[in-house]
Amino acid sequence: MPLDASDLGAIWLTFKLASLTTLILLLVGTPIAWWLARTRSWLRGPVGAVVALPLVLPPTVIGFYLLLALGPNGWIGQTTEALGLGTVVFSFTGLVIGSVIYSMPFVVQPLQNAFTAIGERPLEVAATLRASPWDCFVHVVLPLARPGFITASILGFAHTVGEFGVVLMIGGNIPDKTRVVSVQIFDHVEAMEYQQAHWLAGAMLVFSFLVLLALYSSRRGKSAWS
Amino acid sequence: MSKCAPRFALAALATFMTFNSAWADEVQVAVAANFTAPIQAIAKDFEKDTGHKLVAAYGATGQFYAQIKNGAPFEVFLAADDSTPAKLESEGDTVKGSRFTYAVGTLALWSAKPGYVDDKGEVLKKNEFKHLSIANPKAAPYGLAATQVLDKLKLTDATKGKLVEGQNITQAFQFVSTGNAELGFVALSQIYKDGKVTEGSAWIVPASLHEPIKQDAVILNKGKDNAAAKALVEYLKGPKATALIKSYGYEI
Repeated sequence: MPLDASDLGAIWLTFKLASLTTLILLLVGTPIAWWLARTRSWLRGPVGAVVALPLVLPPTVIGFYLLLALGPNGWIGQTTEALGLGTVVFSFTGLVIGSVIYSMPFVVQPLQNAFTAIGERPLEVAATLRASPWDCFVHVVLPLARPGFITASILGFAHTVGEFGVVLMIGGNIPDKTRVVSVQIFDHVEAMEYQQAHWLAGAMLVFSFLVLLALYSSRRGKSAWS
Repeated sequence: MSKCAPRFALAALATFMTFNSAWADEVQVAVAANFTAPIQAIAKDFEKDTGHKLVAAYGATGQFYAQIKNGAPFEVFLAADDSTPAKLESEGDTVKGSRFTYAVGTLALWSAKPGYVDDKGEVLKKNEFKHLSIANPKAAPYGLAATQVLDKLKLTDATKGKLVEGQNITQAFQFVSTGNAELGFVALSQIYKDGKVTEGSAWIVPASLHEPIKQDAVILNKGKDNAAAKALVEYLKGPKATALIKSYGYEI
């Protein structure tokens, strides 16, 4: 077996982190995307820009601010400590918070595009049939936006798997808690264990290619983002 | 506009000449993260005394090894250990006979809070902290030394769930300085200037508790014909640089 116990631990941890992050992002991201797709408020621009920030910011910026904000001297850290939760830096919870922020645009933007593409018409029709807004969302919007949800889930999951900088800065490299695959690969390379680095890095490459292949093949003729 | 033109041309010429003269005898140095502060001070003197220019990159020794093996343009390597330069030498990547120990590192247990760490390190045994920060022992010599200290004090099991690792000694320091870890093992050079600890509280770990952290320097093949590379190595061995290195808490 070319992968040892700590490699397998890192793979399992990465899977847990990416799954949980994707789930949270679908719950949090859907209302944000819906609002962004429908609103005429002037806040649409600023909120859209904030959601898109992780696309352009280096992970070191996000990691640095999280390290300060979540720490015992930061405002989030002081709040969590006051609530008796302690600080979340160096914990799995901390990584989930970082990943949700980091992967946010990869979930919100495909959903927003899907919602926009539905347009006003189906909603108006549903309304004339006396469907309540909630009915309308569950029975009209969700089915029509299904491809958007699939794209959002795949991108959110894959992007979290590929996360490195934020984890490196707030994780503390703790086995089975914060040492994800990308950090484990970095460790192997630094320790000059190139053979082990190869196995993990190769697996990562194949995984990422297959995910994107599935995504692009299923959306023939359309951009993977819409 | 026309009045400005000659002045602009002169400025451009001056800029060009500055770049040109600096280019002629510049040395690219890969520097272990723990030696960041001393090399910056040394660079100033070195540039003034010799006219050569020193361009430094800071990082983890293991990472530099990978970069050097893959064609990085470094001419001199100031490592955080003695095994990596020796390995490069045995693999034919260095100028024969150029390897020497430029500093012996000192480990310190440090907290950003004043009074938190006592001068005997009893705080470790009391074990009331939540996080103890160290550098990655697989890649960083200071991290390895930290684990040896914990072993020697028989605290390895007691601290196991509390260790957080920085990728190099700079990150181990950062975890402590931001308060996220109450204390951590850092390089004395990071918190020491002119014979005293500059902030927080620290225990200077006795050298008997770990293997010596011998830091070796070497001229790499890329610096073979560069006079500035040779000059830097000689300068590091000289009395002025040695005194400076000691003032940061290294032995030599």
